[in-house]
Amino acid sequence: MNSGFKEILALDIRQNLRSKWFWAYSLVFGGFVAVMFAMGITESQIIGFVGLSRLMVTFMQVCMVILPIYVLISTVRSVVGDRESNVMEYILSLPVSFTGYFWGKFTSKFIVVYVPVFLALLGATLWGTITNIDVPWDLFALYSGLLAAMIFCFLGISMFISSYAHSQDLAVSSAFVLWLLLVAFLDLILMGVMLKFRVNPELIIGLGMLNPLQVFRTAVLVLFDPKLTVMGAASYYILDTVSRWAFIIFAIVYPVILGFVFGFIGNRHFNKSDIV
Amino acid sequence: MIKINSLSKAFKKQEVIKNLTIDFNAGEKIALIGQNGAGKTTLIRCILGQYNYEGHLEIMGMNPRKERRNILQNVGFVPQTPPPLKMTVDELLNFFVNLTNTPKEEFISLTHSLGLIIEENINKPFFKLSGGMKQKLLIALALGRQPKILLLDEPSANLDPQAREILFDHLQNFRKDSLMILSSHRMNEIKTLVNRVVEMDLGIVAVDKTVITETKN
Repeated sequence: MNSGFKEILALDIRQNLRSKWFWAYSLVFGGFVAVMFAMGITESQIIGFVGLSRLMVTFMQVCMVILPIYVLISTVRSVVGDRESNVMEYILSLPVSFTGYFWGKFTSKFIVVYVPVFLALLGATLWGTITNIDVPWDLFALYSGLLAAMIFCFLGISMFISSYAHSQDLAVSSAFVLWLLLVAFLDLILMGVMLKFRVNPELIIGLGMLNPLQVFRTAVLVLFDPKLTVMGAASYYILDTVSRWAFIIFAIVYPVILGFVFGFIGNRHFNKSDIV
Repeated sequence: MIKINSLSKAFKKQEVIKNLTIDFNAGEKIALIGQNGAGKTTLIRCILGQYNYEGHLEIMGMNPRKERRNILQNVGFVPQTPPPLKMTVDELLNFFVNLTNTPKEEFISLTHSLGLIIEENINKPFFKLSGGMKQKLLIALALGRQPKILLLDEPSANLDPQAREILFDHLQNFRKDSLMILSSHRMNEIKTLVNRVVEMDLGIVAVDKTVITETKN
């Protein structure tokens, strides 16, 4: 029997395409790439990054700042918001399975968040091809994978919070606190902690490898910074311990698993609890 | 059709339904009445499989939590308050068509008979319709499926007198082998429609009586 997954997915995508937030978000990323081309960023050089690689690295740094918090704030209300507004009571009075509803929403959010950033990245490479700039396809493939993995990870966390939270306010606050915590555990803070307390490097590596934001940041720079000059302490220790290719695989697989585990637990809770 | 035995539902420590035992049968048109907080909406949500509960609840021989979708294929529902759905009217209609295998024309002709020319609002988001329009559309979506069980939670609250009259005509002539549960505060209004009255008070059945339907005219 039809679980309603396809219907919820299609409906949610159409609703997102009508929302001003979606177009503003798409414009920010598309516009960012266009502005960087216009400003000649591909012609400048900083610490070895030049051409399209420079543009892509800058783009990914921006993604690291904006995407996690955007995913968290825009998605964390989806389940609890529908519950509070009685939308869920009505939609789930139809033959739609709880799982179909949950993963339908999850998948639609993934598509509407990932497609604009992927298209911005793809647009940059196509423009590079047209204007005879060398296109680093390996980097394009890596960054496409990393973006997908990071978005999937934060979606899983967000849907998990949304299914457990009793109110939208609580869901948004929890998501924000989590994001602050993950930002706090990036390189800079870890460096400070290390210097001050001479913390065991294994602990630094462990914390860095657990933090999906840190994993993303390290993976973005991993192919470009062989001397580890622009990396922070955690990245330095991580890449001193793990080989680059092993880390790249880890940087894609780990966030996906994390997102899936959180999504799975969130869905399980949703299935077993009162839905209204 | 619905068998309820020792059903209890509590939120935290507050028990909203207390050890309820009652059966609802095919062909019955039931007025479920009671004051706010009597447990009417909670009971409807238990039947829809939206709440966990203690005790035994069986709908057409199935468990509403474990076989929710099979049951809901046969249930039409009108909520107390229209939800603020962001989808357009057309998307809502298509959503119902896909999930219930009911032709779109069934729903549209019912909206017409309730005095709503839905084509004029087909591309409007549902939440932007007026209260009466929303209610008429939700009623058409519930009735158009020709369900075996019809659950209506204060369905006439937002309707003008004329639309209310038409709704009651539809309900009067609705398939005779179905079970209809009509939750309402206005007993006077629905007394011509029902053949059984169940009054709930603080989570228990205070009154349960069969009535002889006074037909109109």
